[in-house]
Order: sequence, then C-alpha cells, then structure tokens
Amino acid sequence: MSSRYPTNCLTKLIAGAAAALLAGCNGPPQSAAAPTEQGDVHGVIDSALDPGVDHSLVTDDPRVAAYLNNADAVNTGKHLFGQYNCSGCHSNGGGGMGPDLMDDVWIYGGRLEQIHQTLVQGRPNGMPSWGGKVPDVQLWQISAYVRSLSLPQTLAAQTDNTPSQTPAPVPSEVEQDAGWSPPPATTNDYTTTIKGVD
Amino acid sequence: MRTAFLILALAPLAAFSQTIPAPVPENEVFKREDIGHALAAPTPEAGHTAASPANSPADDGQWVMPSKDYASTRFSSLKEITPENVKNLKPDFSFSLGVNKGQEAAPIVADNTMYVVTAYPNIVYALDLTKPGAPLKWSFAPKPAPASQGIACCDVVNRGGTVDNGKYIFNTLDGQTIAVDIKTGKALWRTQLGNINRGETMTMAPTVAQGRVFVGDSGGEMGVHGWVAALDENSGKLLWRGYNTGPDSQVLIGADFKPHYPDDQGKDLGVTSWPPQAWQIGGGAAWGWLTFDAELNSLYTGVGNPGPWNQTQRPGDNKWTAGIFSRDPASGSARWFYQYSPHDEHDYDGVNEQILLDMPFAGKMQKVLVHIDRNGYLYVIERTTGTVLSADPYGPVNTSRGIDLQTGRPIINEEKQTKLGETVRNICPTASGAKDWNPSSFSPQTQLIYIPHENMCMDWMDAEVNYIAGTPYVGALVHMKPGPGGNRGELTAWDPVQRRPVWAVKENFPIWSGTVVTAGDVVFYGTMDGWFKAVNARSGDLLWKYKVDSGVIGQPVSYRGPDGHQYIAVLSGVGGWSGAVVSGPVDPRDGSAALGMVNVMSDLPKYTTAGGTLYVFSLPH
Repeated sequence: MSSRYPTNCLTKLIAGAAAALLAGCNGPPQSAAAPTEQGDVHGVIDSALDPGVDHSLVTDDPRVAAYLNNADAVNTGKHLFGQYNCSGCHSNGGGGMGPDLMDDVWIYGGRLEQIHQTLVQGRPNGMPSWGGKVPDVQLWQISAYVRSLSLPQTLAAQTDNTPSQTPAPVPSEVEQDAGWSPPPATTNDYTTTIKGVD
Repeated sequence: MRTAFLILALAPLAAFSQTIPAPVPENEVFKREDIGHALAAPTPEAGHTAASPANSPADDGQWVMPSKDYASTRFSSLKEITPENVKNLKPDFSFSLGVNKGQEAAPIVADNTMYVVTAYPNIVYALDLTKPGAPLKWSFAPKPAPASQGIACCDVVNRGGTVDNGKYIFNTLDGQTIAVDIKTGKALWRTQLGNINRGETMTMAPTVAQGRVFVGDSGGEMGVHGWVAALDENSGKLLWRGYNTGPDSQVLIGADFKPHYPDDQGKDLGVTSWPPQAWQIGGGAAWGWLTFDAELNSLYTGVGNPGPWNQTQRPGDNKWTAGIFSRDPASGSARWFYQYSPHDEHDYDGVNEQILLDMPFAGKMQKVLVHIDRNGYLYVIERTTGTVLSADPYGPVNTSRGIDLQTGRPIINEEKQTKLGETVRNICPTASGAKDWNPSSFSPQTQLIYIPHENMCMDWMDAEVNYIAGTPYVGALVHMKPGPGGNRGELTAWDPVQRRPVWAVKENFPIWSGTVVTAGDVVFYGTMDGWFKAVNARSGDLLWKYKVDSGVIGQPVSYRGPDGHQYIAVLSGVGGWSGAVVSGPVDPRDGSAALGMVNVMSDLPKYTTAGGTLYVFSLPH
C-alpha cells in the first residue's frame, strides 16, 4: 500500500500498514514530489463520507498548483473540451447527455484533482474513462476549464445564452472546497475542520 | 387605473421574455398554399379513407402494441366515453413507476393485464386489471449497463413494448432486445444487439409480426452505423440485419430493389453519396417506428439523420439516411426507398410513424402510407412503389420551398442552409422537427389524422467535430426558439384527402405525447406542463382536462377493462429531448444545452417537476 498523499487513515489501518499509518496520517506527504505522469491518482477522495473520521478529508496533489491562477490552462482546456467532444454531452456547461457543470453541484468533488480523477477513471453512469487516451497535461487543462465554468467571474462574463466562452482562471482559494461544504454564511461548528488534514 | 392594469398585465410577460426568445416572425415561413404539392387534385368522392382489415382488424378491446394495429391508427372502437360525458372522467387508479425520467411508452393491455416499461433502467411492470387497484403481478428488472445513460442523446427514454404469443418484448437502453414470459415474468431470451462503445443504444418499441421481432438502434448523434434487424420471436436469434448506410450488400439492396426516383437508383449509393469512409460513422439510426404491412407483406423502416450534424463534413446525398425503406420482412431485402431529406442539414430524422391507409386519390382508391416528417411535410406515399402523391407543410417551414414531385426532392431554400462558423438564424422547423417521434392517430369515422406536434425554429452554426467512438458526433451550436405566434406546440386535425388542417389547438409547450382517438369521437393527449386533455375529434373543443404529477410525453391508449367498461391509460413523467431541462441534470442558463433545446424550454422547470406515474381513467360506473 503506497499512498502518496495523506488521505484515508482507515484504509491504511485496514491494510495493516502501521508504518504508513504513522507516517501518512501524522507526517508530511510521502514522496509527494514524484507523482507519475499518467493517470495514477490513487488516494484522491471522491466521497464526502470518510468512515473513521468525523469530517471530510481533502488531499493535496502537488500537480494541481500549475493549473491554478493560470489563464492559459483554462483557455486551452476550453479548446480541448470541444476537441474531445466533452461539449457533445456537457454542452457549454449546461449539460444534456451528461450533467451540467456550471452549477455548484459536484457529484464526485470539485477540486481539480477530483475532476482530474473523474476524467481519468470515468464514472459508472456514462462518463467515459479518458486515462491513457489523452495526454495527462491535457486532462489537467480540461479539469481547470471545468472548474472555471461555475466561477462567478466566468458566469459574469456571459453575454448571451452561450456561457463559458471567456473562462476565468481558477483561483487558489476555490481549491479548498470540494463542493460538499455548506455555503460560507452557514453557522455550523464542524465546518472549521473540513479543510483540515490531520 | 388603466396604467396600473397595463403594468400588471405586462409583468409576467416581461419576466417571460428574459428566458424564452422571441418567436420567429410570421413572414419568415412559407405559406402552406404556396409550397404544398400533389400529383392530382383531391377526389374525395372516390371512396372512404380507412385502414384495411388486414392491417386494422376488428377491435378486441385490448391494446397489444403501441400503434394499436399494424396500420398504426391508434384508433379505439370503444365509445362509452363521448364528448357529452367525458367531463365526468375520473382517475381509477395510479401506479408509481419508481423512475423519474421521460416516460414515452404506451401502456399495453392483453388478457386483462397491463404491461408498462419505464425509462432507464427499463423496469417492466405487469398489473392485474381484474382486481381492485390493479395489483402488481410481477416486475422484471433487466439491469441495463449504467454507462448506457451517457450515450443516450435525448434522455434515457423507452417507447414501449409489445405483447405477442405470450411474450412481452421490449428493448433496453444498453442495446438488448428481451422477451419476457407474460405468465411468469421471467426472461425467455435476451439478445444483445447494440454496442455502447460504438454509441449504440435502443429506445424504440419493437414491432412483432409473423414470428419476427423488428427492431432498430438509436445513436444518430454518436456516429453509429445505423441498422434495422429482425429476430426470431421464439429464440431471439438474429435473422437479418440491414444497415442504413454502406455498400448494397450491407444495406440488403439486391435484385428486388426498385426505387421510384432516379436519384435512388444506382450501385452502392450508400457509399458513393458520402466522402470516403464517412458512411461508416454516418448515423442513419432506426429509433422510431417500424411498420409492418400485413396486406402487402412489407416492412417500412424510417431512417434517422446523417451524422455529424455539421453537414460540411459530409458532402453528398448521404444515402440512405433521413428517408424510408420498404423491405421484405423475411429477408430484409429492400424493395424501394424514398429520401425525405437528401443531405439533411437540420437533423430531420425520417423515423416518425407511418399510418397505412386506403385513400381516394386521383379518382381511385390507393394504398398509401401517411408519414408526418420532421422536415415539416406531411407525405402521402403510394406504398407499393414509394411514389409521393402529395406533400404539404403542416408546421412552420422555410428550409425548403416545397417538394418537387417529379424528383421527390425538397426544393432547398439556400438562405437556411447551414454554414461552418456562421450562425444561420430563424431556421424552421427546428432540429426536433415540426413534429418528433410522438405518434398521431387516425379515425375512420372522421377520416382525420390527429397530429401532436411542435411549432419551433432555431439558430444553427456548424462547427468542426472529431469522431471518437462512444462520444457524441454532432458539430453544431444550436439555439431553438418558438415558431410564428409563440405557441410552441399544436394539435392539428388533418384531412389527408383534402390536404389541409380542419382544426388546430395551440399549446404553450411543444406536444411531446402521442394521441389516441376513440369511436366516441374524443381525442386524448397530454402536455409537457402536466395536463392530460380530451378534445372533440370533430371540432377540437376542449372537453376535459386533468392535472397529473408531471408533464406528459407518453402514448395514451384506450381499452376495455374486465368489467366491460372503457378505460384510458397514460404515463406521466416529463423528459425526452424537450423535457431534459427538467428530467436531466441540465442548467437552463446554457441555451445550447441538450442540443440547443434548452434555449426554448428554459421555463419548463417553473411548470413541472420530474415524475413517472401510470394513470388510468374511466367514467363513474
């Protein structure tokens, strides 16, 4: 069991890897600087339910940073979104054969690494698996564009009923939320721990 | 005082116009009188229009196939319900389908049992009509592959099953045809015909005749290689499969093929009317109505749109898409073909219903099929030869200036041809057609056809698209809008002999349900905002309406219950292409969503929510 990121301690416990438990749950990420180029995103969480802990954990994939605050990434992603027929199902963010991507609902998580994992693996209700078929850097660029679709800046730039034509770069702060936490004004004493990785 | 009233009156209108685009101006479309054509003047004195007994036998009070009979009349000879008493119609029972997606199926009634198939996951229910409340006899869950949901162009619908020889036969979204034993509820056979990794799904209702099950694929937006197939009714074994594009050997074109028009004559036109290899991914699915003709022993198979939508990637006539074959039911070999929309540029599938009638034309009774096409024309076709006798617009049309009855081809209006990278505006009818799949009915009493249809137009821009197997192959940016007058739907009673509408009822939303007409002279249909309605078959006057739980896009039926009384059944459950904005995860802020349909349907979520319920109505007794 070689999880690169501090993710799910329970999994490690079940696996009986005591050393990993100690290192992974209490220490810094192991070998975080050496992710594989293609597709290996083991450990990214795509459920808000995390048995054994009392809040949702988030992961911290170092590959994400390059696609944040990056206008080229979202613009290239927009182009690729059309080239690979993503737009055939998701339209210009409004959906059709596939779900819309311009609202604040993230079935499998809205952090870039989660979107990327969805693209790599596919999802059972009709999302194809693109891992190994499209260069990984392009999957990250598409992920950035997908995340951009629901940004207030992107939506505000819409001038007619074809949205998403001027995607805003993805700011770092939106990366803190997978889309499963309550709205900012919500008073709830456990929201403060959502960001926390033990 | 007057000012205040004016503001109040205009307020809802202003809110409305923010979401729904303005209707296309009246002067953008052609007049019916100017573009409708026929080979001869009407001769109603030559006889009474009706389906032949072979195709429409005496009504036994059941409803064993979605089309009611092979002639596809959807006419019920029951007359307990009349224009006078229909106001007393009450729900008898309802049944939740447990699936909140578009429900397009017709309830089937055989041997005092009702059979219903849902949208994906295509669960079949059998209800015992002999007992109070119609309890469940059995249910059958075929468990289609969940991934098939991702390649269904226009919601995960199913248009129904049919009962024949002790079997309920239906298709699943992931491309299986299944026969269930109606006594036990267990599958007798399952045949996998479609491949989801080629973009193939199945949503149509099988036609069963002569011990054969006739089916076809969906996937015209996925670059499929479209086909129709015949299976042995007892074993499920594939008897033949005829493709709708490609070499003659694959299309099952041989010595018997005698198309009427010169443009359909020649070798391997299914290859040569395409750019190299484009026919292999050229669509031409068969997701609509396959009609068996017991009188002429023929099978009429409508063919869907060519792919991709971007027509600049496929110069040529794109045979044999957007047209109709007559085939030998035993071998599948083609007898004739007629192309409604050669080189279709607007997604005008040719898969709508065929109604088989004996009709007076040019002074004598002729065997015709009436087809009400997406391209806006109602065709009367002499069905032994495939000769178009008349073609008249029944909705808004400006993509063509009529059908040239010498060549059979539409007279193209260049102004509405689509362009690469340039938006062409106010194209009529819209991509889903002046009418989509939802079937009309015909009454031999009134001799009228009751057409549930749309009044919508669109803006369209072609865009380059790559073919990636298992993903959409569309290449167009579409934004739909209301047609002239702003009413998006219409129910038209059409006289096929006189070639004109007799009456029409305007509806706010496109009519996506079928119609049924009864011997009591009552027509039933449903609306997308959830009203199930009865109108007078002779006048169109509204007689009764009932609000159901969700919009209606299903096919109503009329049957005689075990107690001898007349019942009307229909499924609610909005969805389908036009209702995806409610049933699908679709955001109304993107007008291009759901292939441009959302632009004209973004207000539907204010009127209805998703649902899925069987309703059965009768008079108090």
